Amino acid sequence: MKAAVITFPGSNCDRDLAVAFAAAGADVVKVWHKDTALPPGVDVVGLPGGFSFGDYLRCGAIAARSPIAAAVVDHAQRGGFVLGICNGFQVLTETGLLPGALMRNAGLKFICKMVELRVETQDSAFTEGWGRGALVRFPVAHHDGNYTLDAETLARVQGDDRVAFTYVDNPNGAAADIAGVLSENRRVLGLMPHPERVIDPHLGGSDGLGLFHSLLGKMALA
Amino acid sequence: MKAIVHVMLKDGVLDPQGDAVRHALGTLGFAGVQAVRQGKVIELDLAATDRAEAEAEVRAMCDKLLANTVIEKYTVAIA
Repeated sequence: MKAAVITFPGSNCDRDLAVAFAAAGADVVKVWHKDTALPPGVDVVGLPGGFSFGDYLRCGAIAARSPIAAAVVDHAQRGGFVLGICNGFQVLTETGLLPGALMRNAGLKFICKMVELRVETQDSAFTEGWGRGALVRFPVAHHDGNYTLDAETLARVQGDDRVAFTYVDNPNGAAADIAGVLSENRRVLGLMPHPERVIDPHLGGSDGLGLFHSLLGKMALA
Repeated sequence: MKAIVHVMLKDGVLDPQGDAVRHALGTLGFAGVQAVRQGKVIELDLAATDRAEAEAEVRAMCDKLLANTVIEKYTVAIA
């Protein structure tokens, strides 16, 4: 299993994401934003958290138009897996691979704390290791996590069982408490909380490993 | 040729920043501010000399990058 972690100028969770993929058994390659192609044989692309391009214009907007972004969109459209965390989720909405947009937190403050999440669907490679309704604890660290989408799109996303995670106690005003959402083919996941920061019980928890193990297990079967 | 792009949140999209500005104005004693919406102004210096072509090009720029049309609307003025 091969994972590619993209680094944009201003990414700051790329190393942690690479460690998390490796901890679950993936071969990890780091890819620079100016590269125009993914290395051959990549199964999953990780878009890390951080502040790509200083959040200029809109969070994730410039990264979503960087040379590597076109290759990531191609990878997704060929049915490849993509995991976007925090700023990576913002990049995914800006590319159009995921619906909606991430706006300033309703309380306007940067939120950095542990949150409890509910797994809302078992029907994805990212979440099938948990049962629906399972509770997990991941940290959040964001200023723009207020997930916004129009009523029609929200109804479609909910109707198609594409909500992956919800907040038990909504910290940022996100529509329908949504913390993470899947693409139509269920192979692209964007979420604001950071599973890659909870992969070691000595460092605050290991709930996040479940996501990486689930994904790697699914890819091993594919 | 100069283009001026105004980007605003669509009507109906909550603007917590605008709301915070409204509260702050109230704190300063400016009563009667019923709503504040905050947006962006982007100025572009263009090599183009044809107004219609320039406007069409700037609109394409808005759709592709300058605005996120999921939540934002824009206007283009060519000066």
